[in-house]
Amino acid sequence: MAIGSVTPSKSPPGVRPALLLTLLVALLVLVCLLSLALGALAVPLDQVVAALTGGDVSSNVENVVWSVRGPRTAIGLTTGVAIGLGGTLMQALTRNPLADPGLLGVSAGASFGIVVSIVAFGISTLYGFIWFALLGAAAASVIVFVLGRMGRSGLTPVKLALAGIAVTSFLGSVTSAMVLMDVEALDRYRFWSAGSLAGLNGDVAVQILPFVVIGAALAFASAPALNSLALGDDVATSLGRNLALVRTQGVIAIMLLTGAAVAAIGPVVFIGLIVPHVARALAQSAGLGPDHRWLLPLSALIAPTLLILADILGRLIAKPTEVQAGVLIAFLGGPFFIMLVRRRKLAEV
Amino acid sequence: MVTKTVEPKSGAHFRLGVVPLSGRLRPRLITVCAALAVATFLVVAWSVSLGDFPITFTEAMRAVVGIGDPGTLLIVQELRLPRAVVGVLVGFSFGLSGAIFQTMTRNPLASPDMIGFTQGAGLAVVAGIVLGWTGSVSTQILGLAGTFVMAVLVYLLAWRRGTTGYRIILVGIGLQWMALSATDYLIARGMQFQAHAALGWLTGNLNGRDWSQALPLAITMAVLVPAALTLGRLTRTLQLGDDVAIGLGTRVQSVRLALLVTGVGLVAFGTAAGGPIAFVALAGPQIAQRLAGTAWPPPLAAGLTGALFVVGSDFAAARLFPMELPVGIVTGVLGAPILLWLLIRANRAGSGG
Repeated sequence: MAIGSVTPSKSPPGVRPALLLTLLVALLVLVCLLSLALGALAVPLDQVVAALTGGDVSSNVENVVWSVRGPRTAIGLTTGVAIGLGGTLMQALTRNPLADPGLLGVSAGASFGIVVSIVAFGISTLYGFIWFALLGAAAASVIVFVLGRMGRSGLTPVKLALAGIAVTSFLGSVTSAMVLMDVEALDRYRFWSAGSLAGLNGDVAVQILPFVVIGAALAFASAPALNSLALGDDVATSLGRNLALVRTQGVIAIMLLTGAAVAAIGPVVFIGLIVPHVARALAQSAGLGPDHRWLLPLSALIAPTLLILADILGRLIAKPTEVQAGVLIAFLGGPFFIMLVRRRKLAEV
Repeated sequence: MVTKTVEPKSGAHFRLGVVPLSGRLRPRLITVCAALAVATFLVVAWSVSLGDFPITFTEAMRAVVGIGDPGTLLIVQELRLPRAVVGVLVGFSFGLSGAIFQTMTRNPLASPDMIGFTQGAGLAVVAGIVLGWTGSVSTQILGLAGTFVMAVLVYLLAWRRGTTGYRIILVGIGLQWMALSATDYLIARGMQFQAHAALGWLTGNLNGRDWSQALPLAITMAVLVPAALTLGRLTRTLQLGDDVAIGLGTRVQSVRLALLVTGVGLVAFGTAAGGPIAFVALAGPQIAQRLAGTAWPPPLAAGLTGALFVVGSDFAAARLFPMELPVGIVTGVLGAPILLWLLIRANRAGSGG
């Protein structure tokens, strides 16, 4: 154990990390409540709680909380957890701080699936989009994974990253070609691609939940292996890790998590890029190293908080219209991220 | 004096020991560069030979270098050559710029279109289109301004008692996503025809280019390309990490600033002339590195790969499909399989990266 090198802390080990987790959970709960309360019709927090616990509230409030904002918050929560975990996994697997969960071709595949569904099948409802997006995301990530594994050296981080970006560019090109040729398709596609939680009903959350649950289970199970992976391939192998197995597990988890999230709310992968950095910085300040057993839960808490926060702000700043959450995340997250980069001596991934 | 040394496994190298010149001749790198240059020339000649007025391939090759009858020369040099030349110049500047950034940051993903510079240009131009400034300011100027403002922001925000390659990357992605989302927002907000125009520019297009677009880019490149190639040596010490580079006597901060200025200049003028043609700056250097079998992206070969890449894609975009496509769509479709193939057949452990 490294004792001497760590900055002396008055609290006994274990307390500060626990405190950090509690704080983040509390923050997430608060943000969820605010998400139910705020919007075109502001509902006082006590009424929100009453509506949730089946108390006595007007039917209007009950409708707003349960049918409009409830699903929206639930989707924000589910997709946020998914993207946060996906981002942390992606950066761990590629050992690249530039990696976002879309790097596996997931976003490009989902976009491609959606444009195909518009152009070839004339589908225009969000409910119909989702299956095509999921299919596209899954197909793209399987292709990236298979291509990245081919060749004698197997699945190295750089090959995975480059194969991902190559497939992403390929699909991106085909998608823009189709969109450029079909003005109607462009019209529907551009709203999805800005990334929004608005207008989704509860079915969407139910549709994506199984993917997210399985993905999250795989992610948490691979945490110890990711720690060995961070030490380099040779060390990880000598520690008894089966590299191919760890990477396959990680890629499947990313595919399920990010695919589901992107299919539901559009390519808001930036959140998956910044959240791991935030999680690492927080872990460092709590006296923890870059330990994935901590980084994964931290990311899973931070990402939905940010996503829902962006969604709430999007409802409030441009009343009566809304600004898409995807747009606001970059505008909230960008400066915050840059500040973080400037203030901390970030540990390289 | 030229002595030949044979190093185990990695092929023959020639070590030049002439004072004050010293360096290493890599036959494979030189062969790759020559082959790329010849291939680029052939594609240019081929593309100018096709059109409503047919010109034979030999005539086209002669006309490109200025030999032939006045009629052919007029058609080739005034009508068809500018587009090909803009393609070569844009491709070269993107490839070289990508090599600079990837080497400087030691990250194969860190091409200028991954760390914000291109997105700055995109935001400026899309804002121009959607907010209706394009009547008074040309998209070229907007693109240039966008890239430079972005570069200054990245550098200033990454400055904290000096910069590091790592911090430049991270600040770059932060700003990149802000620019991207603002662009998305503008496109979603704009009217349909504006969205269409914006997306058209963002794809990158060489259609209808004339000498007035080629000239500013050519002048810039006349200054920046030699500068970039000279800086190449210093870049290699940066690859060893800042501490080692300082120990070896490299002025890390000034070299990094010089590299940044050179790389941004190349990508800014390239983008202004051809739009943000996707994937060239990222894949060009990576393809060149694997063709030449080097451990880092070779600058000259990266530029030549980029040039061939763009000219070839533009040729394919204009000729191979039932309707004429913008070049930016084809670069992804053509470049991705090439990069994937090179990745897969790399047979040494670690040569994938």
